[in-house]
Amino acid sequence: MSHRTTPDPLRGGPMTAPAPGESHLDSSEMILNMGPQHPSTHGVLRVVLKLDGERVVDAECVIGYLHRGVEKIGEHRTYMQFNPYVDRMDYVSAVSNGLGYCEAVEKLQGVVAPPRAQVVRVMLAELNRISSHIVWLGTHALDIGAMTPVFYSFREREEILKIFEKYCGARLTTHAFRIGGLQWDLYDGFESDLRRFCQTFPARVDEYETLLTENRIWRERTVGVGRLDATTCKALGVTGPVLRAAGVAWDLRKAQPYSGYEKYAFEIPVGENGDTYDRYRVRLQEMRQSCRIIAQAVDGIPDGPILARIPKVFKPPVGEVYHSIEAPKGELGFYIVSDGSLQPYRLRVRPPSFVNLQALRGMVRGALVADVVAIIGSIDIVLGEVDR
Amino acid sequence: MTLRVPERQARGTIRPWAALRERLLRLLPLDLLRGMALTFRRQAPSAVYTEQYPQQRPVVADRFRGAPRLNNDFETGETLCIACNLCALACPEALIVVGAERNAQNRKELTFFTYDLSRCMFCGLCEDVCPTDALELTQDFELASYSREGAIWDRPMLENGPTPKRYEK
Repeated sequence: MSHRTTPDPLRGGPMTAPAPGESHLDSSEMILNMGPQHPSTHGVLRVVLKLDGERVVDAECVIGYLHRGVEKIGEHRTYMQFNPYVDRMDYVSAVSNGLGYCEAVEKLQGVVAPPRAQVVRVMLAELNRISSHIVWLGTHALDIGAMTPVFYSFREREEILKIFEKYCGARLTTHAFRIGGLQWDLYDGFESDLRRFCQTFPARVDEYETLLTENRIWRERTVGVGRLDATTCKALGVTGPVLRAAGVAWDLRKAQPYSGYEKYAFEIPVGENGDTYDRYRVRLQEMRQSCRIIAQAVDGIPDGPILARIPKVFKPPVGEVYHSIEAPKGELGFYIVSDGSLQPYRLRVRPPSFVNLQALRGMVRGALVADVVAIIGSIDIVLGEVDR
Repeated sequence: MTLRVPERQARGTIRPWAALRERLLRLLPLDLLRGMALTFRRQAPSAVYTEQYPQQRPVVADRFRGAPRLNNDFETGETLCIACNLCALACPEALIVVGAERNAQNRKELTFFTYDLSRCMFCGLCEDVCPTDALELTQDFELASYSREGAIWDRPMLENGPTPKRYEK
């Protein structure tokens, strides 16, 4: 049932034609359109559900409501000018997008960011991972019906966004990094801000755990819901916390270290069952591990320049490059083809949300409608990145 | 690091004491009470984060990228802009238009400068390239206007900045 071959069930008829002599009204199956304005589809995702009562028989994702043509825009901007646009793909982890893009272009040009810039990048990217997971935690819990965590989690997010604002002048669409390094040096008090955050944050994660981990309602709603085993994950190309919750210790920060990640001691949290509950536990542990990385990085910020030597008129050599980083949601890759001009010839983004969303159909089959909300939340998608 | 889930064991395979404990825990909602205790501890008014805007205005960071401003020389009052057009070239959305003409000494002089805020994404590339620090993104963040034309700022607006209404507590 690909989207191309079957007509849109809401316009062109039902997903399956009724048998001869049987009107569609006799069928106990029902088509339900969930989204694109549904509050629990995290933006403008539309899921066409085929229901048998409360059970989901089949589901189909319809995407594209937030398509802005970011890849095409990239072909009409210089490499520097495209940098702010990547912030707007996955807008809750703009720093990670910027890191992926800048590193890809640097790889294409053959330059490496100076050590000081690399450490600052790691710190901000890990802060961003925490803030992205925090948004996920709050909204996911809210979807399932736990109202309290969202207030607690946004309190910590505010602290992170204040650090971003002080560093680069914007809270969400940060544009924090530049090709070749950084635009701004650290502000006075950056280290103390981060140290204070690292000291207080683990206790805050404990608070989230108090609210949710043992909570019987939370466990009833998440344990065993939306299972996805490691083989299916690999077959679909699912990455990030969803893959790790299925028991695969695959993290690009360890597998293909970039930006100096090999220098930091941290662990890859891995789940066992690959269900919604495990994804929750993996993400919470990742927040603690990110906090560990930040604490190590703060103690070892080297002195030196923050921007590598980059020509004013930036024309990378002819060639192509693929570079991927571990974004909060999974593998974020940039494939750039350069024809030696000021603008990329082709720019392709491999967004984690888009690929992870493909797993939804397999996960929701046989689940209840209420579980669909939990499962969509557990993949942690951002539609800005799915549609680009 | 594998996260072990304390899964409840299947009925029949558990030991009697564990079964009793399980049943007691089921009756006594400790898990929920712990969460409620935490929520109760956080009720203190000192823990309120809400900002009473517009009576109470946020203090944004020094590096905040808000409304653009064209700076003048403090002493002479003349514009710092040398009409080099670098900001217009750097802008990803091409929303800056710089007008210049040659004066008697054959030097470029700024005539007009428009900045379309409705398309601006506050990336800060224009202020980064400005060689004289004439163009700057400031801490002003109240940029709403009643018309689309109001979002296109001309030179006097850029030099004087917005004048939002200040509310008293």
